[in-house]
Amino acid sequence: MHLAHYLGLLHRSQNDLADAFRAVRLGHPREPDLYGVCERLAAQCRDQARRLEPFLRRYGPSAPDEPERMHGTLFSGARRGALGLLRDLHDLYLLATECEVSWALIGHAAKGARDEELLDLVRHCGQETAVHLLWLRSRMRQAAPQALVVRAW
Amino acid sequence: MLDRTADPRMRRTPYGPPDAVERLAAALPGRLRDALPPVIRTGSPWPVRVDVLLEDGLSEDDVDAWVPGVSVLGAGGDALDVAVRDGRVVGVRGRAADRVNHGRLDPREGDAWRRRSGRLTRPLVRDGDRLVEATWDEALDRVAGRSRELLAGPGGWGRIGFHTGGRLFLEEHYTLAVIGKAGIGTPHMDGDTRWQAAAASAALAESFGADGQPGTWTDVDHCDAVALWGHDAASADPVLWERVLDRRLGPGPPAVVAVDARDSAVTREADVHLAPRAGTNVALMNALLHELIAGNRYDPAYLAQHATGFAELCRVVEAYPAKRAAEICGLPACDIERAADVLGSAERLLSTVGPGFHRSNQAVAAACQVHNLHLLRGMLGRPGAGVLQLGGPPSGRNALETGAAGDLPGLRNWANPRHVRELADLWNVEPSVIPHWGPSTHATQIFRYAEEGSVGLLWITASDPVGAVPGLDRVLSRPDVFVVVQDPCLTDTARLADVVLPAAAWGERTGTVTSADRTVHLCEKAVEPPGEARPDLAILLDYARRMGFADRAGGPLVHWHDAESAFEAWKACTKGRPCDYTGITYERLRAGGVQWPCAPSGSHGTERLYAGGRFATSAGQCQTFGHDLATGADYGDERPEDPAGRALLHAADYEPSPEVVDEDHPLVFTTRRLPVRPAPITEASPQQGHGPGLEVHPSDAAVLGLGEGDLARVESPLGSIEARVRLSGTRPGLVVLPLPAGGDEALARAAAHLTATGWDPVARQPLRTVAAVRLSAVNGAGGARPGLGPMAVAPMTPLPAADPGVPATAGGPAEPSDRFEEV
Repeated sequence: MHLAHYLGLLHRSQNDLADAFRAVRLGHPREPDLYGVCERLAAQCRDQARRLEPFLRRYGPSAPDEPERMHGTLFSGARRGALGLLRDLHDLYLLATECEVSWALIGHAAKGARDEELLDLVRHCGQETAVHLLWLRSRMRQAAPQALVVRAW
Repeated sequence: MLDRTADPRMRRTPYGPPDAVERLAAALPGRLRDALPPVIRTGSPWPVRVDVLLEDGLSEDDVDAWVPGVSVLGAGGDALDVAVRDGRVVGVRGRAADRVNHGRLDPREGDAWRRRSGRLTRPLVRDGDRLVEATWDEALDRVAGRSRELLAGPGGWGRIGFHTGGRLFLEEHYTLAVIGKAGIGTPHMDGDTRWQAAAASAALAESFGADGQPGTWTDVDHCDAVALWGHDAASADPVLWERVLDRRLGPGPPAVVAVDARDSAVTREADVHLAPRAGTNVALMNALLHELIAGNRYDPAYLAQHATGFAELCRVVEAYPAKRAAEICGLPACDIERAADVLGSAERLLSTVGPGFHRSNQAVAAACQVHNLHLLRGMLGRPGAGVLQLGGPPSGRNALETGAAGDLPGLRNWANPRHVRELADLWNVEPSVIPHWGPSTHATQIFRYAEEGSVGLLWITASDPVGAVPGLDRVLSRPDVFVVVQDPCLTDTARLADVVLPAAAWGERTGTVTSADRTVHLCEKAVEPPGEARPDLAILLDYARRMGFADRAGGPLVHWHDAESAFEAWKACTKGRPCDYTGITYERLRAGGVQWPCAPSGSHGTERLYAGGRFATSAGQCQTFGHDLATGADYGDERPEDPAGRALLHAADYEPSPEVVDEDHPLVFTTRRLPVRPAPITEASPQQGHGPGLEVHPSDAAVLGLGEGDLARVESPLGSIEARVRLSGTRPGLVVLPLPAGGDEALARAAAHLTATGWDPVARQPLRTVAAVRLSAVNGAGGARPGLGPMAVAPMTPLPAADPGVPATAGGPAEPSDRFEEV
């Protein structure tokens, strides 16, 4: 079963996303609203990764060798300034989308594996990921016109 | 111990609730009420008592004229008459024939109306590092010139921002909103309401679809239980508190439940006082809801018909039995159960929610839980059953309604294309001019844009934000930020301005003000403004004229010329909206306050919202499609389903505040505003000379080796202050600094810096009520020590030791008074 590889991919993406939320928060210390929300979402991502671990153990032993190019890097550090923030949020969005797609695929796989426990986790975490995406969309919508259209000195 | 003697006038007017017939009558719409036979009284039984606050040595006979006005304090909107003698305001008198206060006044009111010294009389413009006097033409041409210059560049709309305080009248707020949203087309409009009323307003919109208090002051007459959630009414809204106390002293008194981490006259009067650990309000609320649901003390029929989200709410509060919440909140579980008993058995429950909720961890979520409690019990929209979310300055309501601070005018929804089109048609402008790609920019973000250099003109009206926002002085001093300050006085903010426009104060201009319970009052001009100072409306109209803002037909965008015509323009904007003003006229207001919504068909306003359990949540009506309470993510047009007129029960898990105590900072620090001892209008402030010290619980003090009167240092990761210890305090682990009203501004600021860390994601509001601190004794006299963090600017301000005993004022019999009848 290759399910373990997807669980591994998601596990790593969740931790990457947690790191990225934190990096963006630290990279833009003067944005008042980022502190609380980014910390909160980072914690959620880490928690989701932790909750995947029992399933990694469950499906890991039956997995063949990992195929090539399962993992890619989507975020490599926070940028500066208003445009930088927008671009960072954009990266976070792509990372979160990666997680969302993985959750959806694992959900389908869980149905095939008749694994109710895994399905429950997918339902719970899928909702949280949807909120992450919603928040990122709200924040980008607010920031984009000012960052892209308004000239700063 | 009851502290009824804390009221210095001791002119209590006890009364009982109206009888059942009168209660039925009170539930009728105004029109039907008029048709009742006169034997059924429809007024309020709260006796009239007229308070007069005049300068020393003057009596009512010395007054040349009494001019109608409105309270400038709190959210109450007390009606009053301004006393004028020799062209000068010499005091105020409560208006007997008004539904809000029945003649009573906040004791601070007299002082508030006195003309401040240091009023601005001429416009000032910057000349290098000085401000020099200029003519109006010179000053306004500079503002208009800079505006045009910025607007000419790409994205010019985004280079101009507005910050507005709560001292504008409705007409001025609306004019400003039209200039900003249709003339310039900027989303960068916000104001002091962001720090005071944003959480209240957001919570109302999340639960009920639109801002606006469901309840009204007369609910105090009818209720059989009052719950005050983080609301020290005795200090913040003394007239409301007097009404509650008068009920308490009369027959059939209501039960009082007070939730406040701090000790106050309210908590001492309460039958049940819950003092949760700061920042744990949501856990407590969830436990109360848990108790009500588990004990079957809710109204399933009401919920089924009028609310959605009950299953999710049950799922979340399931995890909060009293015992668990008791641990989180640091309370005895039996107290939570007792409170639930009172709340669960009340037949007419009135809730007031105050800063203890609105400025604390999970502010909006906690305020929404109060709504949930009322929805659960079907306690809305009938006499005695209501919610009042109280926060903000007088006229802050108008800033929110008109869109001068935040949303689109008339409580419209930026994400609803029909609402945007309505405004475009009304103003006859292209819909694309009106900024509606997202929520309006919140105050902190506007200042951040100025700091980054993308906002190049900041227009600050009737507000002094430099005192409230750490580091703002640096932003305003930047050479590339052109700052316009419009204010009656040369404030700290004005000193940093490029142009200062002298404005008329209340009593020097005409306009309307809407109180927290939606009562609109007219405040008329009593005296001339000093020197060349002008009403804010005149300044804004002049600016609009100079800018040549035009509609699609080429006519003037701002087509009104005085307060009354501005009010008429605003009425057109509110047609069909929850805040419908269309039936209100200046003439009607001269006879007394009227509550919105008021359509032309009714001679009265609407006393209570949501009487039939129909809420403003439908997609076409609502002010917002809602937010995720935990992150503030905006559903926009992605809302999963249309609640179609049902209220929304928002469930929220408790989340610890980032300001939780740890080993380094084991105590919780918070501030409390002191109740006021009234004084006749004199030059000297009554608060000077003695001020209570830092309230520390004796058990904490013993551990730290602190005694009564010792100088102690309070340190948070952000700064520190020093104060004298007073052994009292509500609970171990809590340190309270009382701040005298109108007292030491520097100390209040230092305390605010100590606590400025939290953030409510939905209200987009900084929270500044609690901080984890450590306390230590200061040896030797006030050894100042540099601040600890980058934001530490806290000046070391020792407080004098507590006055051992302010004698309670002697009491007297209640004065005979007439029953109040609605005009």
